[in-house]
Amino acid sequence: MQATSHTGYAGHHDHDSHGHPTGWKRWVTTTNHKDIGSMYLWFSFVMFLVGGAMSLIIRAELFTPGLQYVSPEFYNQMLTLHALIMVFGAIMPAFVGFANWMIPMMIGASDMAFARMNNWSFWLLPPAAILLTASIFVPGGAAGTGWTLYPPLSIQMGMGMDMAIFAVHILGMSSIMGSINIVTTILNMRTPGMTLMKMPLFCWTWLVTAFLLIASMPILAGAVTMLLTDRHFGTSFFSAAGGGDPVLFQHIFWFFGHPEVYIIALPAFGVVSHVIPAFSRKPLFGYVSMVYAIAAIGLISFFVWAHHMYVTGIPLTGQLYFMYATMLIAVPTGVKVFNWVTTMWRGSLTFETPMLFALGFLVLFTIGGLTGLVLAMTAVDIQLQDTYYVVAHFHYVMVAGALFSAYAGLYFWLPKWTGHMYNETLGKWHFWLSMIFFNIAFFPQHFLGLAGMPRRIPDYAQQFADFNVISGIGAFGFGFSQLLVLVVVFQAVKGGARAASRPWDGAHGLEWTVPSPAPYHTFEDPPHFDQAEAHG
Amino acid sequence: MLTFAVGKKLERSPLGFFLVRFRERQGLAPMFCHTAGGEAGGEREKMARNSNSKGGSNRLRRGSTGLFIAGLLGLFSSVANAAWELNLQEPATAVARRVYELHTLLLWVIVVIFVGVFAVVAYSLVYHRKSKGHKAAGFHDNTTVELAWTIVPALILVAIAFPATSALVDMRDTSEPDLTVKVTGYQWKWGYEYLTGDAAGVKYMSVLSTPREQIENKAPKGEHYLLEVDRPLVVPVGKKVRILTTANDVIHNWSVPAFAVKTDAVPGFLRDTWFRAEKEGTYRGQCSELCGKDHGFMPVVVEVVSEERYAAWVGEQKQQLAAVAEDPNKVWTLDEQHALGEKVYTTNCAACHQANGEGLPPAFPALDGSAVAKGPQAAHIEMVLKGKTGTAMAAFAEQLSDTDIAAVVAYERNAWSNKLGEVIQPAEVKALRGK
Repeated sequence: MQATSHTGYAGHHDHDSHGHPTGWKRWVTTTNHKDIGSMYLWFSFVMFLVGGAMSLIIRAELFTPGLQYVSPEFYNQMLTLHALIMVFGAIMPAFVGFANWMIPMMIGASDMAFARMNNWSFWLLPPAAILLTASIFVPGGAAGTGWTLYPPLSIQMGMGMDMAIFAVHILGMSSIMGSINIVTTILNMRTPGMTLMKMPLFCWTWLVTAFLLIASMPILAGAVTMLLTDRHFGTSFFSAAGGGDPVLFQHIFWFFGHPEVYIIALPAFGVVSHVIPAFSRKPLFGYVSMVYAIAAIGLISFFVWAHHMYVTGIPLTGQLYFMYATMLIAVPTGVKVFNWVTTMWRGSLTFETPMLFALGFLVLFTIGGLTGLVLAMTAVDIQLQDTYYVVAHFHYVMVAGALFSAYAGLYFWLPKWTGHMYNETLGKWHFWLSMIFFNIAFFPQHFLGLAGMPRRIPDYAQQFADFNVISGIGAFGFGFSQLLVLVVVFQAVKGGARAASRPWDGAHGLEWTVPSPAPYHTFEDPPHFDQAEAHG
Repeated sequence: MLTFAVGKKLERSPLGFFLVRFRERQGLAPMFCHTAGGEAGGEREKMARNSNSKGGSNRLRRGSTGLFIAGLLGLFSSVANAAWELNLQEPATAVARRVYELHTLLLWVIVVIFVGVFAVVAYSLVYHRKSKGHKAAGFHDNTTVELAWTIVPALILVAIAFPATSALVDMRDTSEPDLTVKVTGYQWKWGYEYLTGDAAGVKYMSVLSTPREQIENKAPKGEHYLLEVDRPLVVPVGKKVRILTTANDVIHNWSVPAFAVKTDAVPGFLRDTWFRAEKEGTYRGQCSELCGKDHGFMPVVVEVVSEERYAAWVGEQKQQLAAVAEDPNKVWTLDEQHALGEKVYTTNCAACHQANGEGLPPAFPALDGSAVAKGPQAAHIEMVLKGKTGTAMAAFAEQLSDTDIAAVVAYERNAWSNKLGEVIQPAEVKALRGK
């Protein structure tokens, strides 16, 4: 998105004189955090479309009872790849893209701490994406196990499973490198005067997220490596016949998997914590409690994993412990929601597209959080586990939570990246279509789950037919509405009204002190940090 | 009636906060009025109150939103045979009722929280707009408020924890059962084995009975489409039934929503759960853990019957057991064996290898003309007995008798283009079992 270099900024010398390569070589060899941020964002959008197309195959098959378009095996492959691609290919890289673009500009650093490693952590992604998507075409097809890859089912799969395992390894490496980079950048490269407790909240959420990634990705890598050796090298970590235990995999997987949920959610919280104050024209309420809440959520997320496993036969005491621990997470999450609500209270609100998406996030994420509270109760969860209620719950958190927040960030920072204002009318259409169709697609799934429709089935009993039709209509509407954002971004890259350096009058932070579009190199000398630009 | 439970419906209060509000539907009648679109919401509501009989259509409410949805649905009259269930299934056990009540309690808690929080947001959105000239206040901290909204939710959670804990403790108490049944998950069917009580020793498989044509949309779908089996689990009413779960190949999950029972069946391990059904009837559930290709096609059906009918059923089963007790020395003929083999094949093998023997390669290889089916007999029998590790090919040694295995192997060697013309005697299978 950042296509042109800006010269003459703040009286500095011409930055083009560094002679960085142009054309495709620029993108392959770049160590510039803005270039890499843009590549992350484009990559994630492409993967979002691929994963989205898969979800439409799923919804098309589920539109009416009976088997229509795909075989049950292929259906299982689609639901597996849809999840893996959306989680690892779309949502996570999107927020890494935001981190690359914004963290150095927010803390007044010239670039990321390890610029070359930054290049590599991006360029690991395409091979992983190719491994994942190409696995559809190998004999036996892609993994059809669900993204959780539970053995022994994953032991039965063909080579598509091995490709998924290697893809996860590569994605994990990329995430760990990216995280080390972010932690180092945030801890070492803040401009003088910006103490940790004056740091923008987006950086705080990423600091905690990066630690979660560093701690949890190796665990996933270990789990899938054990799968690999069980599959090919005669080990039996997960096979009772050889002294192993299939449920062991689930413990390891969810010890990664639950922090992963917050790896996705925390940066989303960060974006929203910038957008809501900007359009309320009022400082974020409770900055300090926000920071503590983020840290608390990050920490507790490591102690609740088995709430994904209430029906696996863990002992009663285990169920009780994990129920209480899970309920505990509601407290810091509640604090965050209350803080956002109070930020808007007695503000001076306007409703540009970023704010609309932030509000959509707030409403829908809260619904997802509240159904999460219902699911925390072991006895109720046992009724709802592996039903569409869970599907509805995590789509409220993942799509309406993470994706809406990513859109809020995209519209918020697009003027800074491109130097042009985006088309507000189209942006608003994009929001309203997304909001309406999202709810048509996913709200009825709560009812399906309550009535007992299991997830991950290609065909269903007839009493579930009507809500599936509604859900299908919503899914297709939601899917096609997302193409609008492509139009908006292309328009803004190509032209449009020139954006001021601070296009939003309520926005604060160092990133708004540089011109729009942001010059190729910013803050080569640490800027003066003014209290007025501080978050707290 | 299309809910999983048979019996009188609870009069459940509608959940008014939802986007559209429908009331309970009774009977199998067409789904909704196809006059949708032109009709006033008020009239529908009247219909909703009056119609309590079989054949009553579902009732939309809430003016324009309802009409919008009804209009959308009007486009899809083909899916008329369905229900608008909005809540958990009608509980059929004391535990399920506690779960139901706990869920209702939680639902109200979260609705109140949601409405409370977003009432504040709505007020801000309406009154604190820049377009109305509202000037932003500058406050950004308030320790008292922040402490309050940390402590109050924590207290609410503590209050919820009490009923949630006691319901769970109840749910997990599998002590002193009247009857224990071992449930084994197979790809893709359930095996039931009565371990204690009068029926001890009774053992059979329970397989989806929905015809393939219905699934492939070549025949109209029946009332219990995908929720029907050849032989349900039969248990007496009012007795505490302990279910032990395990699996043969991958993890499955034995689930009956009306009993609030859902327990993983893990290969190599035993898990347990229990229920005490309060009313006779047929209760339906499905496998609830992704277990491969036909995960969506292995329902759970439990028939709860009176003590007398149960006793009669047990008698029947015992008689059959005695009658079918196979004469291991019986000498089979080609035709006899072919007929039995075809039956065994259809139940156990056709899901993967297909009725025409062509399989679904590469995951599920063809048997027609295959090296195994046309190769040495002993290797073929051993493949069926022991399965093939790392693939979906299960070991059938524990599932099938010598007679059945002999029949199915012979069938595979004679059917389609294989035509080896072999007869296999059960004794040959028996000889290979030990190896």
